[in-house]
Amino acid sequence: MSWWLPPAASTFAGPIDTLFIVILILTGIALVVVEVGLVVFLVRYRARPGRKAFYTHGSTRAEIIWTAIPAVTMVALGLVSNHYWVMMKSKKSVPANAIRYGVHAKQFEWQMSYAGADGTLGTDDDFMVRNQLHIPVNQPVSLTLTAEDVIHSFFVPEFRVKQDAVPGMNIVAWFQATKAGEYEIGCAELCGMGHYKMRARVFVHTPEEYTAWLAEQAAAAQGGE
Amino acid sequence: MTSVAHARPQAHDGAHHAPMSFWQKYIFSTDHKIIGIQFLFVSLFFLLVGGLLAIQIRWQVGFPGTPMPLAGLLPESMAVGGVILPEYYIQLVTMHGTFMVFFAIMPLLVGVYANFLIPLKLGTHDMAFPRINMWSFWLALLAGMIMLAGFFVPDGAARAGWTMYAPLSARPDLSGATLAQQLWCVSIVVLGLSSVMGSLNYITTVINHRAPGMTWFRMPLSVWALFITAILGVLALPVLQGAAIMLLFDQTIGTHFFDPVAGGQALLWQHLFWFFGHPEVYILILPAMGMVSDIVANGSRKPIFGYHSMVFAIIGIAFLGWIVWGHHMFMSGMNPTLGSTFMVSTLLIAVPSAIKVFNWMGTMWRGNLRFHVPMLNAIGFVSMFTIGGLSGIFMAATPVDIPIHDTYFIVAHIHYVLFGGSLFALFAAIPYWYPKMFGRLMSEPLGKIHFWLTFITYNLVFFPMHVIGMGGQMRRLYDPTIYDFLKPQQPLNEFISIAAFALFAVQFLFAFNFIWSLWKGKKAPQNPWEDNGLEWTLSNPAPHGNWEKVPNVYRGPYEFSSPESPNSDFLPQHVKLPTDRDPVPAPPPAGH
Repeated sequence: MSWWLPPAASTFAGPIDTLFIVILILTGIALVVVEVGLVVFLVRYRARPGRKAFYTHGSTRAEIIWTAIPAVTMVALGLVSNHYWVMMKSKKSVPANAIRYGVHAKQFEWQMSYAGADGTLGTDDDFMVRNQLHIPVNQPVSLTLTAEDVIHSFFVPEFRVKQDAVPGMNIVAWFQATKAGEYEIGCAELCGMGHYKMRARVFVHTPEEYTAWLAEQAAAAQGGE
Repeated sequence: MTSVAHARPQAHDGAHHAPMSFWQKYIFSTDHKIIGIQFLFVSLFFLLVGGLLAIQIRWQVGFPGTPMPLAGLLPESMAVGGVILPEYYIQLVTMHGTFMVFFAIMPLLVGVYANFLIPLKLGTHDMAFPRINMWSFWLALLAGMIMLAGFFVPDGAARAGWTMYAPLSARPDLSGATLAQQLWCVSIVVLGLSSVMGSLNYITTVINHRAPGMTWFRMPLSVWALFITAILGVLALPVLQGAAIMLLFDQTIGTHFFDPVAGGQALLWQHLFWFFGHPEVYILILPAMGMVSDIVANGSRKPIFGYHSMVFAIIGIAFLGWIVWGHHMFMSGMNPTLGSTFMVSTLLIAVPSAIKVFNWMGTMWRGNLRFHVPMLNAIGFVSMFTIGGLSGIFMAATPVDIPIHDTYFIVAHIHYVLFGGSLFALFAAIPYWYPKMFGRLMSEPLGKIHFWLTFITYNLVFFPMHVIGMGGQMRRLYDPTIYDFLKPQQPLNEFISIAAFALFAVQFLFAFNFIWSLWKGKKAPQNPWEDNGLEWTLSNPAPHGNWEKVPNVYRGPYEFSSPESPNSDFLPQHVKLPTDRDPVPAPPPAGH
């Protein structure tokens, strides 16, 4: 096992993992200060006969220091985080050239719909593939998440992508995969008895592979009708 | 109101008047101390229930598909051939969370210690409304029984997670449970009633019933924390009750508040639940912080460092608690711009939390530390709450929340706060005030063994959950090995499970110590911890009605190692030094 975040396979992984490390360092420093400080105090100031504690009610200067440092750190962290949050999740962040897919979640499967031969989603020649999302590498893709029954959550750990699919809402999530390959989609929101087996796959193809796959599927869908 | 409250001492001074029957004294009691003890026994029972559910969860996650020992006792609808069924597994996770949050930790902190400590520490005869107080206990017990009944109805217990996300919780056809989902709602409404009754009582008592000289800024931090908690309770619980009633209507009479199929809003439930739920998180930690402050000052033999900052930090946390609920919903499809504001308010909670941790350290700095069992557990609280607080920052930063939201990382975080925090505080508070409840001390050697074994096994259980969560393991998964990317982590899951069984077993030491000491514990001296609080001016256990005449208060509760008391390292609140002036007694209420 890796003891770390899953291998990175999307453009979001860079900033998220870096921010994770930054927070790990900041909290690590705070943790060491507190825990080491505690241990030192416990040893140094343990009760011994003849000792008396130092009588003090506190120090305004100390209070100001340990109020100001966390406050400044947290506001700075908030500003930096917000920059990336807006980049990933804001409604305006979806790139104009993103390929659109529909992801419809229901107990306990994922129905992926694709634009058919006309290249537009939401038309008659759309086709649906159960539990398989096929996308091209190095190309932004946008998913319109919907849910049939209860709340589900679309989660691909390697892409650092997670977004709930909520009945009654159309929620758009986007990402750009950077490595061709096969990845698992998990459901991250308790959705009933079969929550644990609501598993699907993403296939990230090279552009040539993707075009070939799409043509084949579109043809099959046409032929089937 | 005042006439009722002031009639109390005469009508109620049972210790000095006619002896009461067993039923009056221990069952339908209006004595705040007995009610606190009733809450203690009942909520320790529910803590055991929650623990039993937890080890079954750990069996399934660690050893999916393997027959569980003793599972033969379970009916076929829960486990077949000893193997836990998926529908039973989600009942386990739902009810573990529900029992621990609503029926173990909350009543242990608030039901027990707000009841027991507020009148004793403020110097008054009883709560402002003793009969309402009695009702608060009986309603809490009723709510617990209704919740427990869920396991014995035909489809089994509630199944939508302790957060009861709609529409799963609203639609029996989707969750697979009908009656138990309704029982969950009814139980929560009854429990909310109990909490509101209790909270109103605590608030009124703190405002109106302080001993002469007990000014606001001479109140112990435990009372401050319980007071602020009561305000949170009285404002938050009705929101949950309202939501639970709406959910019950969705389930029974065909409304669709939360079901979009007929025009409802799925996210409405989450907003209502977390608008209650985040203040609830602070209900579960503030009393722990308050009691730990008392115990750390006592164990350090030093005044609490930065008393006023500590009070304002409690108020700050409580205030911020109302404007952070959206951080539970970063991935929910809520407008991402709202996510930005909730991120900032959430990160700011680190500030008052840091103030508290540093002030506890400041209190220990240059102290004369006595490592009695309450102090050890209080130190455990400070060190573990720190980890829980810091891990919260990862999830507060919205981009980092994306991969770890709804994974074991949050499970680790919540357990560092609620077990490492609240439960360690209770392992400190229970032995600390045990002599005041039962007249005997719990065993120190057993308590020390229990502390160290708990501290070690607890970390072995919950620290690796951060790693499991970083690896992406989702919460509430019946069988993580279904996923290829989670399979490599399974040995660590097994390790966590084995540690969890050990942690559970170690708790029997505590149970044994608790029960054994009731009869065999060392008789407690009047002030066993050499503390300054007013409660230690009474005999152990304290009599019904507490004081014949309440003591005057001359100073704050943390005057340890004061130069004014050269012969001892503590100076109780009621001791009058030659330089002290008597407080002006409050004017008698009209018509008295």
